[in-house]
Amino acid sequence: MSAADFFAMNGYGFYVWGSYGVALLVFVVEILMVRHRRQLALRQLQLMNESGDAQ
Amino acid sequence: MRLAINWFKYSAPTTFYGLAGKMVPYFAWPAAILFPIGFYIGFFVAPTDAVQGEAYRIMFIHVPASILSMFIYLILAGYAALGLIFKTRLSAMMAAALAPTGALFAFVSLWTGALWGKPMWGAWWVWDARLTSELILLFLYLGFIALQASIDDPRRADRASALLAIVGSVNVPIIYYSVQWWNTLHQGSTIKFTGTSMHVAMQQAMFTMLVACWLYTIAVALARVRSIILEREGNTQWVRELKEVRS
Repeated sequence: MSAADFFAMNGYGFYVWGSYGVALLVFVVEILMVRHRRQLALRQLQLMNESGDAQ
Repeated sequence: MRLAINWFKYSAPTTFYGLAGKMVPYFAWPAAILFPIGFYIGFFVAPTDAVQGEAYRIMFIHVPASILSMFIYLILAGYAALGLIFKTRLSAMMAAALAPTGALFAFVSLWTGALWGKPMWGAWWVWDARLTSELILLFLYLGFIALQASIDDPRRADRASALLAIVGSVNVPIIYYSVQWWNTLHQGSTIKFTGTSMHVAMQQAMFTMLVACWLYTIAVALARVRSIILEREGNTQWVRELKEVRS
């Protein structure tokens, strides 16, 4: 089986890779969102700490 | 007795924050290893299906995503109920941490289902019992998230969204049994408690992907609950003294 045959999936390539591609994208985006949320929370807390120290 | 004490110790956000942080890699790495293995078995070992050709390979992501979307909802509702009854802060936070992941799995289930339905049934979407109840599940997740976000007081937000989560959980058995209760276009499950007619490699691929999805879910929910703890406990001394906050 050649690589082209593999990606063609016997005519179902669009459906198969459309499924796995979007699933992978969803996982990657979620991981980035979780990372972003943590950075945001930490930054907020650091700002609160700094303004607390200034008083 | 000791077990009970430990359980309560770790149910406090203060201790769970650190514990969750340590646990994340133990779930994330196995997930990262199992996804490619499941993919490999599903595409290079499992044979072509006699009826559905290559299109059936969508199953290896569609079925685990659908199972997870239902299980995560039940776990979310369980945590929400615990939070409602025992007023434990961490339970409500865990429910909130699971919601986005559950919603994403429900979306993946619907998306891959549409891409599987089109070549097999000739339609992206039909309003049949299985598909409609899964769509309702997605809306329940989104409703839970929206309700959490729309109420400023976290305690009230937890209570309101917990009620929604508990009431909504009746939808899960409806999804599961829909293919038996109603005459639907959606096929029944091939794997049953009494055994299966599925090729061994197909079973292995699906099981590997299912385990990978579970591990992924646990890793992501634990990572997310840490941020939720920081957001909600920001005015406490222990959060302010964390080294990642002080630096």
